[in-house]
Amino acid sequence: MIDVSGLRKVYRDRGREVVALGGVDLRVREGEIFGVLGQSGAGKSTLLRCVNLLERPTEGTVSVAGQELTALREGELRRARQRIGMIHQHFALLSSRTVAGNVAFPLEVMGVGRSERARRVAELLELVGLTDKAGAHPAQLSGGQKQRVGIARALAGNPSVLLSDEATSALDPATTQSILALLRTLNRELGLTILLITHEMHVVKGICDSVAVMRDGLIEESGAIPELIARPGSRLAAELFPLPRPEAGNVTITFTGQADEPVVSEIVRKFDVDVNILGGALEEVAGVSAGRLRVRLTGGERQAALDYLTERGLLVEVAG
Amino acid sequence: MTWDEMSPLLLEATGQTAQMVVWSTLFTVLFGLPLGIALIVTDRGGLLPSPTLNRVLGLVVNLGRSLPFIVLMIAVIPLTRLIVGTTIGTFAAVVPLTLGAAPFFARLVETALREVGRDTVQAAQAMGAGRGTIIGKVLLPEAMPGLVAGLTVTVVALISYSAMAGAIGGGGLGDLAIRYGYQRFETTLMVVTVVVLVVIVQVVQTLGDAVARRLARR
Repeated sequence: MIDVSGLRKVYRDRGREVVALGGVDLRVREGEIFGVLGQSGAGKSTLLRCVNLLERPTEGTVSVAGQELTALREGELRRARQRIGMIHQHFALLSSRTVAGNVAFPLEVMGVGRSERARRVAELLELVGLTDKAGAHPAQLSGGQKQRVGIARALAGNPSVLLSDEATSALDPATTQSILALLRTLNRELGLTILLITHEMHVVKGICDSVAVMRDGLIEESGAIPELIARPGSRLAAELFPLPRPEAGNVTITFTGQADEPVVSEIVRKFDVDVNILGGALEEVAGVSAGRLRVRLTGGERQAALDYLTERGLLVEVAG
Repeated sequence: MTWDEMSPLLLEATGQTAQMVVWSTLFTVLFGLPLGIALIVTDRGGLLPSPTLNRVLGLVVNLGRSLPFIVLMIAVIPLTRLIVGTTIGTFAAVVPLTLGAAPFFARLVETALREVGRDTVQAAQAMGAGRGTIIGKVLLPEAMPGLVAGLTVTVVALISYSAMAGAIGGGGLGDLAIRYGYQRFETTLMVVTVVVLVVIVQVVQTLGDAVARRLARR
């Protein structure tokens, strides 16, 4: 649905060149929620802005819904943008307009007639649960309500893709959860593809199917979350399951979806090893429960026990 | 002077001042608003960045702003004659008044428009809005409280300028104060004129503040 390839963005700042994106490839499949995770300054915001060409990439191509945006002329690009929704960290609502007026704005841009506009606005407000606030001004709304207006506005053009620029970063935890739940519902019910950027792991944990971890303008790893976690040396797994640095010989076992299998007691019985659990974490991500266990394994047939775990589909990493 | 002697003079002068201020306000907005918009649009990071045009416009505005009004008024006499056909009278005063106030208002417009968040403008761009739509439906409505406040300051400045315009035959309250109050030592008239001017400025300022506050409360 979104295809980004070879994306580079270089800024010129007082004669110095600042590389915001150093060659990024990204592929977001139709109907998935794709998260780009990274610290501020990692380039994720620039990446998102390059997807709808709010920023012109220095090099590379961007395609959304089969249309290569980087090849379009300005008028065509404006029309293409009407089919790409975007929500913002600080909501970016028009303070001079009512809630209904804000949702109507993109419809006005698209040239939708007055009566059709009113019908569509009512429909959108109902979708985000703000029908009773139609006549209020943004200043009278809470953060969560403002973001709901932002979402309704972003959906006005029946977009196939929604871009989310840290949409929950300015909200409190409970409101964040309700907004994430709304995004999840829209994703499922409308088949909306969502590309979101965030610096918060719980957003990724909460709703993402796939993720890309960004750092210094580059993507360090990306893919479907369960696959990513099962990959040796995964940064995502390291951040998802924060365990202390392992000592030499410690074994880290990562499992995705096999949480209810009693593998530890199995190896104790079969291979006569002693298992000392040093730490562990369990998370529900992308619809599967995944976890990580840090153990010290001693005695018996240690190597055979490790091989057995690998055979069972677990990721086994021994600290050197 | 008795009140009966003063009141027709005052009435006529107030009318002339009002005429000068109303017309020059109209033309000031007509020229100053687009100029202020152009300053924002052509600025670095604006909707249509053009450093050269921006610098030229900035220079023009600064030129208009750096001349003391009384000097500007005399300097543009040939232009006034060209446009109005005469250099004396209320309408002739509108030309220098507009030239003096438009650059001033343009700067205030620029400042007000700059207050509109980059976020808001980008959001409109992300929705596929063109430049005209962004200026007309985002920048101007969002900046309206600031624009009204700027207009109020400009009108007050125009009232003060119009008093100076009296000195070159524009008439109005300033002219009255100079001719009667100063040159003929009519202290009572002087005081009354001052009071009338203070009341007019107060009314304009209060009205402007009220409108700006109403707009900002939304």
